[in-house]
Formats: sequence, structure tokens, C-alpha cells
Amino acid sequence: MSESLGSGPVPRPQTTLRHRLAELRGPASAPHPLDARALAALAANPGCRRRALLDGAGVDKAALASALGAPSGFGQSQFAFMRGHAFEAKVKADGGAELLRLLGVDDREDVRVPDLTAAGPQGRAARTALALREATEAGAEGAWTLLDHPMLALEVAGSPAYLEPDAVVVGPGGRWTVVEIKSFPMIDGSADAAKVGAAARQAAVYVLALERTARVTEGASVAHSVLLVCPKDFTNQPTGSVVDVRKQLSVTRRQLARLTRVEDIAAALPEGVSFDVAACSAEELTAAVEAVPHAYAPECLAACELAFHCRDRARAAGAVEALGRSVRGELGGLTTVGAVLAAARGEAGDPDDPAVAALRRAAALRAESLEEAAACR
Amino acid sequence: MTSVPFDPSAEAAGATRRILDDTLHGDARGVVVDSPPGAGKSTLVVRAALELAAAGRPLMVVAQTNAQVDDLVLRLAEKEPELPVGRLHSNDPDPYDKALDDLGNVRKSARAADLAGLDVVISTAAKWAHVKGVEPWGHAIVDEAYQMRSDALLAVAGLFERALFVGDPGQLDPFSVVGADQWAGLSYDPSASAVTTLLAHNPELPQHRLPVSWRLPASAAPLVSGAFYPYTPFRSGTGPGDRRLSFGVPSDGSGPDRVLDEAAESGWGLLELPARHTPRTDPEAVRAVALVVRRLLDRGGAAVSERSEDPVPLTPDRIAVGTAHRDQAAAVRAALAGLGVAGVTVDTANRLQGREYDVTVVLHPLSGRPDATAFHLETGRLCVLASRHRHACVVVCRAGVADLLDEHPSTEPVQLGVTVKFPDGWEANHAVLSHLSEHRIAWSPRVSP
Amino acid sequence: MSLISTLARLEAVESGRARPLATVRHRHVAERPLVLVPLTTAGEAGAPLGALVGTDPEEPTLLVVPQPRDRDLRFAFLADLAEAVLPYVDGFADDVEAAERGETDPETGKKVKVEVELCADAPQLIVPSRAGVEYVRLLGRSTRFRRTAEQDPETPFPAPPRVPLLGRWLTHYGERARVPGSSLLLAATDLLNRHWATGQSSLEDQHLGALLAWIDAPEGSSGAEAALRAELARDRDGQLLCPPAGPATDPAFDNRLLAPAVERYDRARQALAAAEDGQAADERLGDLHRAEREIRRLILAQLRPTWHAVWRAIELVRELPPGARVADRWTRDRWSFTGHRDRVRAGEPPQPRRDDAVTAANKLAARESAQTQLEAQEALDDPLVMAGRRLTGEAFVAEVVEVTMAWSESKRPAPRPLLTVRTDDRPHLGEGVKAYRSLEGKPQTARFVRYEEDGSLVLRVLDRMGRGKEPAEGSVPEKGDRLVWTLFEHDQRVGPKLPDPEETPWTHGGPPRVDAVEAPDAVTPEDLL
Repeated sequence: MSESLGSGPVPRPQTTLRHRLAELRGPASAPHPLDARALAALAANPGCRRRALLDGAGVDKAALASALGAPSGFGQSQFAFMRGHAFEAKVKADGGAELLRLLGVDDREDVRVPDLTAAGPQGRAARTALALREATEAGAEGAWTLLDHPMLALEVAGSPAYLEPDAVVVGPGGRWTVVEIKSFPMIDGSADAAKVGAAARQAAVYVLALERTARVTEGASVAHSVLLVCPKDFTNQPTGSVVDVRKQLSVTRRQLARLTRVEDIAAALPEGVSFDVAACSAEELTAAVEAVPHAYAPECLAACELAFHCRDRARAAGAVEALGRSVRGELGGLTTVGAVLAAARGEAGDPDDPAVAALRRAAALRAESLEEAAACR
Repeated sequence: MTSVPFDPSAEAAGATRRILDDTLHGDARGVVVDSPPGAGKSTLVVRAALELAAAGRPLMVVAQTNAQVDDLVLRLAEKEPELPVGRLHSNDPDPYDKALDDLGNVRKSARAADLAGLDVVISTAAKWAHVKGVEPWGHAIVDEAYQMRSDALLAVAGLFERALFVGDPGQLDPFSVVGADQWAGLSYDPSASAVTTLLAHNPELPQHRLPVSWRLPASAAPLVSGAFYPYTPFRSGTGPGDRRLSFGVPSDGSGPDRVLDEAAESGWGLLELPARHTPRTDPEAVRAVALVVRRLLDRGGAAVSERSEDPVPLTPDRIAVGTAHRDQAAAVRAALAGLGVAGVTVDTANRLQGREYDVTVVLHPLSGRPDATAFHLETGRLCVLASRHRHACVVVCRAGVADLLDEHPSTEPVQLGVTVKFPDGWEANHAVLSHLSEHRIAWSPRVSP
Repeated sequence: MSLISTLARLEAVESGRARPLATVRHRHVAERPLVLVPLTTAGEAGAPLGALVGTDPEEPTLLVVPQPRDRDLRFAFLADLAEAVLPYVDGFADDVEAAERGETDPETGKKVKVEVELCADAPQLIVPSRAGVEYVRLLGRSTRFRRTAEQDPETPFPAPPRVPLLGRWLTHYGERARVPGSSLLLAATDLLNRHWATGQSSLEDQHLGALLAWIDAPEGSSGAEAALRAELARDRDGQLLCPPAGPATDPAFDNRLLAPAVERYDRARQALAAAEDGQAADERLGDLHRAEREIRRLILAQLRPTWHAVWRAIELVRELPPGARVADRWTRDRWSFTGHRDRVRAGEPPQPRRDDAVTAANKLAARESAQTQLEAQEALDDPLVMAGRRLTGEAFVAEVVEVTMAWSESKRPAPRPLLTVRTDDRPHLGEGVKAYRSLEGKPQTARFVRYEEDGSLVLRVLDRMGRGKEPAEGSVPEKGDRLVWTLFEHDQRVGPKLPDPEETPWTHGGPPRVDAVEAPDAVTPEDLL
């Protein structure tokens, strides 16, 4: 795919877009950081304009959802949090020797672990870029470098997003490999496929961001496979698996490129709309959110803070998607519960429409069988 | 493009020679041949069988369906009427094509023991799996090996010492009606394809590929190769202009006629109906498909190709309609009957695998759908539909599929240790759609019936 | 989703109550099932937090791990779980009936009937949700390779005696649950979802509380409202009124209630360890007990609603009459149970971590066959399921309008009567297509012959009419009979026999190594389980 992000000058007048998005967010609020997890989650429902705009504008969706009276209910247990941190520390112990062992490099005492501290995300990103260049040069001499929590910048819808992978390893030949450390277990070499999928999508965002830097770093290349590190079986011993993220890369590239359409979405909004949680009343916020169409599906419940609010709206409108995306498959142009039931009962709908005809047959067969069963009791 | 002139016949002959050499004289237990659509797979299988038999090495042939088995028997008999061939069949009524009864040297039986000693014995994988207690064959040919499941190979592999595996990696993958995730990533995952398992355990086996599609015209090979075989490209055996499609009756200016002219000219045509969510058997789209076929016949279509200097009339048997679902095929058949068309093949992608026509008319799997599913996005399905034609392919589709693809959630689970299959259905669909859009005829059936 | 079930969901939305998806019960529900509601510790694989287990809805056994990171406490939990599960399982092992099984004589290669035991009934395990089924597998995997001191005196952290055996049974049940239609291990959500359609999506149906809310909504409230309450309503302390059905806990519970309680427990233990005299020790032991009791109270409060929900689910499905072929599938479950009992008794080692090629292929074949069988049986047992097959053209209901006697053209003519039948359904019939009807529980085959001018169809009956020239009485449909015909077969053909594992062909890596004995899991000082 030819569309790529952050490469070269941006053709559109992005400053106006950035300005417009800041207005929507509310001048006083800092943009909610769009991290890799949030970017990867965009792929969960790329058809949703509401989500695209709110994420593009950096609106704190959790705060917005609470203000709308439909809090998200997402949270993390401190047990999981502590365990995750302890595991990551263990993986990175001994100057990364353990981590390199998982990459198949044994007995390296001389792994370089540069200091990446700097002020602010911008400073840290600059520091990381420098460290990557040095690591690539050192890699030419055969050295290994472990970048612990580097900071990467990626332009998203005209604004920089700062991303912090768990680690990046630079090896001989200037090859950069993203390392993703997760605390779900790999048992007998396999792991929860949904969780691995999510990790792969997240890692793909890091790979994209790294590629941007690699393009301006001589001798560098970014691996399209990442190292996923998880606890082995029921222990806290790390084990690794190489995950090919080429598919996730192409999807993410395309989704990020499409995020520029937030400009069109924003342009379509009526004057005066604001998502400023601090300044607007619940009614105003509700109206503002209502001004951007959503594409609710039940999968949103696990991926978006606003999902309960959108579900409520979808149900109130009688949208059949509220029962699952697949429900629409056989319903053709019928999109509401009322319309489908009316068609099924013969109260509405064109009998020559195959969807209507099929619904009537289904309704008749269903009624016939239920009667038959009732008669048998 | 390469600067060295590409001689398709020489390339294909060279590949065939190397394959036969490995099969007859190599010491590897298996030889794997990837064959893109229309690259002469059946010809290769028949030739390999005849050469093995001629060398005094009896062999068994494993195909996947009874139709494939019967087709191979007929082809063998056509090439070598004297060759003693055994057709092992099931105990069902009408287990084989009646045409086999006319072949003097073909013996048919439901018991393998009755066929012992014949030069070539052919059957389906399902039937071979029940054969027990026989002396193993020295050689086997496994046809359509990419459509065979690993567990089916496990059931028959004890029957032969070594084998030639031939198949098309781009077509529909085998599947299972129950979950098989617990074995994902294992080298012998029973739900994987036979070739995947074979190569996981025997990575050193020689692998070949047939580099030339004799079926696909110069207009189709680059698209099909690029979209569905990104890492194993192939070329068309014919050049631009070698195949021509013309009509005796000029266009009446309607959508179907215009898309036929476009397809005759460029090899591809997209008849795009207005965007709308429809049930699978979208009456307008079904009727549009039928109309295109009707006009194709009415306008006196004729094809010129390397096979004949003179234009050959496009008869119903040289035309096929492809759909994703059976009910769509049934609806198209009914619509064709309503227009008085008979003799045109109408079938689903699954059943069109391995078949060849001059012109195909395809109802796009995503046309009118409110959502894309894994089934509709499956690479193999689109690949089969887009690679059955020798001259031209007309796709009928509602507008809006590009948006549908863009809005498709991509949250697939990832199994550790499973080799990622390329291309991805989503990307392949985008590639085909963007190519088709260059040959688009937008048509609103209601405005100009 | 089939159109008929979509319709049922939409009706549920409209009426605010779940709508039936079945008219009979399609799963076996035992008289005395064992219900297990487990909870696990967030972020830790295989570190259980607690469980309610038992066969009496009124008297569950509460098992709690007050500090899940403590290996000894986890082992104690597993030992208690083994004590709760294994006697129940063993209770079914000795009540047997004589049965026959077809085997191949290794010497002659001939099929022979062997007299074997078949357990008259089998233990049934019911968990709240699919995640619970997965957790049973995880517990099985984490315990079956453990070594007891008896097995290996050298093992640094010996497991309590019966824990590895518990692991083997849980593993067996977890594997069996993958067989379509089996009922040895069931999730309450699956039981309910098989029989009712709610007005929410199938994703939301995985929440046992919300699902029950639709099926069993309190008078005066709609299913949607009740489900929303079950999903989201919290008390003043921010705790869910309907806690998750596990094994994962709600983060708000972990952070606000459990973590402080565990911390108090840890402090009490440290204090006890640091006690310098008997009196101080006694006092501090009291503190420790109080801290532990508090954790038990918290965990019980999380578990209890789910425990009741599972039993309520059982009650609801029991109200449906069982499908006629459910007992047949349960017999297969009994064979499965008996088979594992025999393997345990024969001293076979625990199930390996990974199946070999032949075992994997055999399991896949068995499950595919079970799936087809299940689909056929459910349709034959239940007109509502059959309606779905009729809608898709795989079955039809037809009235016999004419019977014409005819015979086969062989030396001994056999009856092959022609039936003219009329149907409003639209079956996918074509040349040579076969249709089956159930005759005294056995399938009778007919072949489609032709359509008549008036749209009626002609079928030729092919079998089950006896050996004589005249068909046996009652074996040929009569004029006026209204019969269900299916285009799918009622029974499954037996698949091909795969080679023995030691005959695995070269294409699949050759025979597995016979010397490869499954080693126990690695044990490290900070090993979590």
C-alpha cells in the first residue's frame, strides 16, 4: 500500500484541523493520549465516525461516558497490575540478558542499555531517535542494544501521538525488533488467541512508528515480526514467541490513513458543538455526541468507553445491529426491529423482496412448530 | 518487466521436465508442485502417471472428488487407451461416471483387491482411506493436495512409499465444521492442508511450481498473480491480442451491453449497481447477471484464440456464472430460465474449482452485503471466481464494497506458531476491486431496463 | 444465526422476555450434578482464589485461598477441591451394566464382540460459563503433571496425594466438553442459550446474570432492564450487585475489598510469625483467623449469586421435556466416562500435553461426526429445530396424496412403492437426491423421482419394507400421512480407521517417540503453581 504515515511533508492544512479538534475537545483540556492500545482498538470498529472523531480529537472518552451517565466499567485489578510489572522487571533483569536469550542470543554480557530519560514526551522521543541511531551504528559492529521503554512519535490525524513500547532490541545489521511483554501465559507453546491478536495489533503500531524513524536512519531496518514475551506455563519464567505482524501492519496503515477523514467528520458538525466535559452540561454533551453518527455493535462493549451509551441509543432506535453484526446478513434493507417484525407478520414490506419473503416463511414455520409442540404437551 | 523475452512454452516445459525428473529419478520421498489456475495441472498429472507406468512402476492416484477421479480416468484413457487402469469406487449407487463403462481397459470395483496389479489405480481420498491390508504402492500422485486435509492424508499415506503432490495453493482451503484451535500451531494440525503438514515434517522436499497459466489471458494473469499469488508469481501463456472476443450485434447502449464491450476489450468488466443493502439473492443483481448472459448469447459472441484462427461462437457451454452461495446460484438459474437461457453452468465457487470457460459472469461475494464475514472475505473464494475464464470476466456488484471493506473490523485472533497465510482476503479483495473499478460501468437497472 | 433464531431474538426485544429456541431439552441434565463455581486471581495463570462446589444447592462447600501467591495455600485448596470432586466422581465408577463393544481381534484381524462394563450413569459437572469450562481445562493442565511425595520423594514441592488425579479427571472433562452435544461438562450459559433467545446479542448472552434476567425476569420488569441491572448496577461501595460469574473477578472488588483484606491477612501472618511468646501467638492467631474469615466472607459474597444462578438455570432447563435422542448422546458420555475410568484404573500416565498426530485426527473426526449427528438428532427431536432446516431447504413436511405400488426389476422383486406428496416447503431436490424419514426411530430412505405438473413431488421408497415381495405392515406411508422428510442422513457413517500411532506415516513425522515420557512441569522457588 502506498499510503504511509508521517513520511515527508503533510499535504493538508493540518494546523487548522488540529485547531478545530482542540476546540471540540475544549480549550482547557489536554488531549487524551492516544496510545498504541487505543490506536490498535480503532481497527475494532473502523466504521464508527463517533469513535474516530473523539479519538482523533483526543477527548477523554471515559470521562465523557461518565458525564453522559453511562460509565464504561473498564478497570484493572491491582493484582494484575502488580503481576504485570513484576514480570516485566524480571524479563528485563540482568541488563536484558534474559530477553536476548529469548531472541536466541546466548551469553551476551555486553548488551548496551542506553539511558533514555529526557524531559517530556517530545524530549524522550528525540532521545530515543538518537539512541536508535547509535544502536544501529553499534549494530554494524555486532553489538546488541536494548532500548527499555523507548518513546516513539507517530502522526495521527495531524497530531503527534506518543507511543511507548515495552522494549526495542537493535541487533547486528541494524535490525530493530519490537518486544511486547504480556502477563498472560503461554501454556505448552500456545496462548489465548484473542489476546495474542490484540498484542500483535498493538505491536504493529510500534513497528509503524519505528519505520518512520528508520527511514531517516542509515543502515536501519525494522523487523515485521515482533517478539512476544509471556510467562511460561504456570511459572513466572519468561518465554517468547515470534509473531508475524505483516497483516496487522497493513490494516493499521490503512486505518491510520483513513483517520484523516476526521476532518470531514468535524466539518459536518453543526456550529458550536463541543465535547468539553468540564464546560458543558450533560444535555449539551448528549446533543454533541448525538451529532456524530455511531456504528454500535456488541463488540464495542469490550473495546470502547462509550459503548454502553451507544448501545442505549441503538436499542432505543430499534437498530438490529444491537443484536450483533451478523444479524443483518439476511435482512437486506430492513434495519429496525419494528420493520423486521412488521415484515415478518405481513403488516409491511414488499412480498417480492426475498428478505421479506424469507422472513414470512420463517415466521410461519416458527409459529407452526411452536403450536405443534404445544399441542403435543 | 524482465528484459529477457519470456517464452512461456519453454518455461513451462522446463518446469515440467524438472518435476518429472524429480518424480522419476529423484530420491526424495515427495515432490510438491504448486499450480496456479489453468497452468496445466491435469496435464502434468496424466503425464506423470503415464511415465511412471511406462517405467514399470505401478501407482495409485488420490483425488478429492469423484468428478475429479472420473475426469482423470477419461484423460488417461484418451492419451493411452491401452493402459490398464483401475477405478476404485464407493458402494453408493451410481458411484462413477457412466462414460467409464465405454472404456475397454478401465476396470471398476469397490474392492482394492480386485484392482491389484493394474498399472494405475485411481480413487478419492475418502475411498482410499478405507483400503486396508494391501501391499503399499511404490508411487502415488496426490491431486488437489491443497484442498486435502492433513487428516485425510494421514489416513492414506501408509498406502504408498513416495508421492507427487500437485495442487493450487490459491484456491479454497479445506475446513472443519468443528473448532480445531487446540491443534493450531502443531505441525500435524489435522484441519490444516495436507501440503502444510507434509512440508512441516519434510521441509527438504523439492518444491516446484508451474510458471505459466494457459487459461488466463494476458489481461487476467497479472491481476490474479499479484492479488492471490504475491510470493509465487506466474505469467500468462498468451500475449495481449492473442485472445479476442467480438460480437456480431452492436451494443444497444444498455448497461449489460456496455459492460460486455468493456470486458471484450479489456478482459474485465464491472457492472456496478446502485449501493443498497440487499439479501443474498438480490433480485436486481441476479437479474443483471442473467441479462448479461442473455446479451452475451444474443449478440453473437465469438472468441478468437491460439486454439483456432477462426472465431469460435460463444455457446452456452463456454459460459459460466459464479456465485458465493447456493441459493444465489439457484436464483440465477431461475432468472436464466426465465430469459430462456439453457446450458450455461451456474455454480458456487466451491463447485467451480478446477473448471474452465471462455467467459464468466460473477456475482461479487460482497455485493449488497451489510457486513463482510470471514466466509465472504476468503481469498480462495474470490480467486476461484476470478480465474475461471479464458477471455473475459464480468463482475456484477453493488456499489459500496470498498467502504464495506474499510469498515470491516480487523480483530482476528492470532495463534502462536501458525504460519500467516498470504495474501490476506481483505487485501486481495481491495486489490481486485481497485482493478475492476477501472472497468466500471455504473448502471441503474430501473432507469434503463 | 439462522433467520428463525434472529426472529426469536427480535420477538424477545419486542416482548421484553426471552423466547423459546427449542421445544424440548437438548442436553442431558443429571439428577444430581456437581456444580462448580471457581474464581481466579487476576493476572495469575492457575492461581485459584476460591470456589463453591457441591451437589446440593442449599449446602455448597466454600473453598478459599486467602493468599493466592502462597503455594502451600494453593495446594491446600486443590487438595480440598479433590476431596469435593473425586468422591462424587468415584461414586459412579462401580455401578455398571454389561455391554458389548466391537473390537478387532489382534490375531485374526476379525471384528469381534467383546463383553465390557459400561457405567450405568456418569458424573456431570456444571460451571457457570464458557470461561468456567476453560478454567476447568486450565486447572486440569496445571495439576495433572504435579508429583506427589509418593510418586517422587525427591520432588521439592510435593503436591497433595489426590491432586494429580483431580487434574486427570478435569482434563478429561475439559476435552469431552469439546465434543458437540456432550453433557459431561456443561456451562450454564450454553444450556440456557441453546433453549432460549434473548433480546440481546450472543456476546452479551455470555453474562450469566444478564442472560437469566431475560429468561427469568422478575414480574413487572422487562428483560432489558433486568439485564442492565445485572450488568452494571453497583451498591454504594461501588460493588456490582451481580458479580461476574467468574473465574475473573471485578477489578473494583479486587481493588476496594479484596486487596486490603489480603494485606491484613499478610500482616497478621507476619505478626504471628514474629510472636515471641505463647500468649502473643494465641492473640495473633486469633487476628489471623479473623483476617481469613473476612476473606472467606468476601469471596463467598462474590460466589453466592452465581451459585444460585447456576442452579436456577438447571431448574429452568429441567422444566423442558427431554428430546427423544438425548439419552442416546448421554450413553456416549457414559462410554467416555467409563473409558477414562478404565485408563485410570489401568495405571496409564496422565494425558500428554499435546496430542500426537493420530490422536488429534481421531478426535477431530469424532467431533465432526458428533456435530453432524447432533444437528440431525436435534432436528428430529424438535419441530422448531426442524423448522430451521425446512427453511433452508434441507427438510420438508409433506402430505402423501397417492401411493402407487411398484417393484424392483430384479429376479426377486422387492417393493419400491412410489409416493406422490404435496408440500409447501421448498426442499433442494434434484436428480437422485435422497430423502429420509423416521420410521420407528430408524431412517427410511426414498429417492426423489420427479416433480409433477401441479408441483407435487414423486418419491420412491427404497428400504425398510421387510424381505418379502409385499411390504411389511406399516412400512409404507399411506395416503393422508403427513411426514417429515430430511435431505440429511439421520445416522453417521463410520469414518475410516486411522493407523495406530506407532504406524504414523512419514508425511506426519513418523511414529512418536516411545521413550518420551511427559516430564512434570518445571518447579522454581517462585513457581506459581
